[in-house]
Amino acid sequence: MPANDTKSCPLSQQELIDSSFMEARTKILDIAAFLDRLDRSVSTDGADDFRIVAMRRAMEELNSSVPGRIERVLLTFSDQNTDLLDELDRKAAYGASIR
Amino acid sequence: MEYIDLHAHMISRTTDDYQKMALTGCLAVTEPAFWAGYDRRSADVFADYFDHITDFEPKRAAEYGIQHYAWLCLNPKEGEDRELTKQVLQIIPEFLDRPNVLGIGEIGLNRVTRNELATFRDHVELALEHNQLIHIHTPHLEDKYKGTKVIVETLAADGRIDPSRVMVDHAEEHTMPIILDAGFWTGVTLYPVTKTTPGRAVDMFERYGTERICVASACDWGPSEPVAIPHFVLEMRRRGHDEEEIRKIVLQNPATFLGQSPKFRLGHLAKPAALAAD
Repeated sequence: MPANDTKSCPLSQQELIDSSFMEARTKILDIAAFLDRLDRSVSTDGADDFRIVAMRRAMEELNSSVPGRIERVLLTFSDQNTDLLDELDRKAAYGASIR
Repeated sequence: MEYIDLHAHMISRTTDDYQKMALTGCLAVTEPAFWAGYDRRSADVFADYFDHITDFEPKRAAEYGIQHYAWLCLNPKEGEDRELTKQVLQIIPEFLDRPNVLGIGEIGLNRVTRNELATFRDHVELALEHNQLIHIHTPHLEDKYKGTKVIVETLAADGRIDPSRVMVDHAEEHTMPIILDAGFWTGVTLYPVTKTTPGRAVDMFERYGTERICVASACDWGPSEPVAIPHFVLEMRRRGHDEEEIRKIVLQNPATFLGQSPKFRLGHLAKPAALAAD
C-alpha cells in the first residue's frame, strides 16, 4: 500500500510551522545538548557505541529532501536481518541494532 | 469524544486512571495478557492472572461505566519457555467462555527466536481451534521490522487464517504497509517515548487512510498515558480533520473489529454492526 504523500496534510506549510516549529526546535536542541554532554563526559568510552553510530546515520536523513525520512530513520535503527535467533539472548530492546 | 481503547493493561493502572478515561469519553477497554515485568514460574500464576483480568478488572471498570474485555495468552517475552507454554496453553480454554474474553492475545514475537515463533504458532492453533479473534504484539524498537515481517509472512502462509479477524498491533511507519498489504487490521500505539506520538499517529492516518487502522494507549506499568487517545483526538482537530473522520478512527474502527466477537457490546450505543455501517 503506497503512502499518500501528496497534499494529504490539510494544513498549509505556514500553519504547520506556526503550530509545530517550537516543538521541533526543542527536540533539535535536546539532541545538540545530548551530543555536547557526551563530549563533556568524564570518560570517552561511548564514541563508537552502536546506538550513537546509528543516531549519527539517522541524523543524515534529516537533511534529505526526499520524502520518507521517517521510514528511513526507523530502518536505520532496525535490525533488518530476519533470520531467527537460535535462542533468547536478552529480553529488552536497545533502540538500535547491535548486529 | 466517545472512544474505545483497544489496548490497555489496566491491571497495572490505578482506579483513578479508570476515572480519567471515563471523564474523557472512554466507553470500553480491551486488556491483552502481557508480561508482568518478571517471568512467572508456573501455570498456576497465569490462572490467577487470567482470573484477575476476566473477573476483577471488569468489575473495577464497571464502577466508571467502562466495558472491560480481555485477551488471553502467554506473552511473547515468556515465549522462550516451551514447557511453561505447554502448561499455560492447557489452562487457557478454561477461561475462553468467560463473558469478557474476546480472543487470544497479545501473542507475537519479542527477540524473534525459534522458540518464540513456535510459541506464537501454538497460540494461533489454539485460536483457530476455538474460533477466536487474534491480537498480535509486534516487537519493540530495533526488533519491530524483522518481527513484523516474520509474523505477517507466517500468517499469510497459513490458508486457514482470515486476516480480517487478526489485529497486528504496534505498527509504525516502516511496518504499517507490510501489515495492511496482507489484509490485517493494525493499531498505532501512543507512547511518549518508545512508540508513536500523537503527531506521528495523525501523520500515518493522513498517509494510509482510515481503513483497518485503530489507535490505543497500551497503557501499562511503563511510561504511558491512559488518556492518550484524547490527545490524539486533539491533534486530529488541530490539523483540521472533521469529527466524523475522528469518530471512525477512535470508535467505529475498533467497534467493527471487536464486534466480530458476539461477546462485544457497546453499552448504551448501537450494536457494533450498526456503527460500522455509519
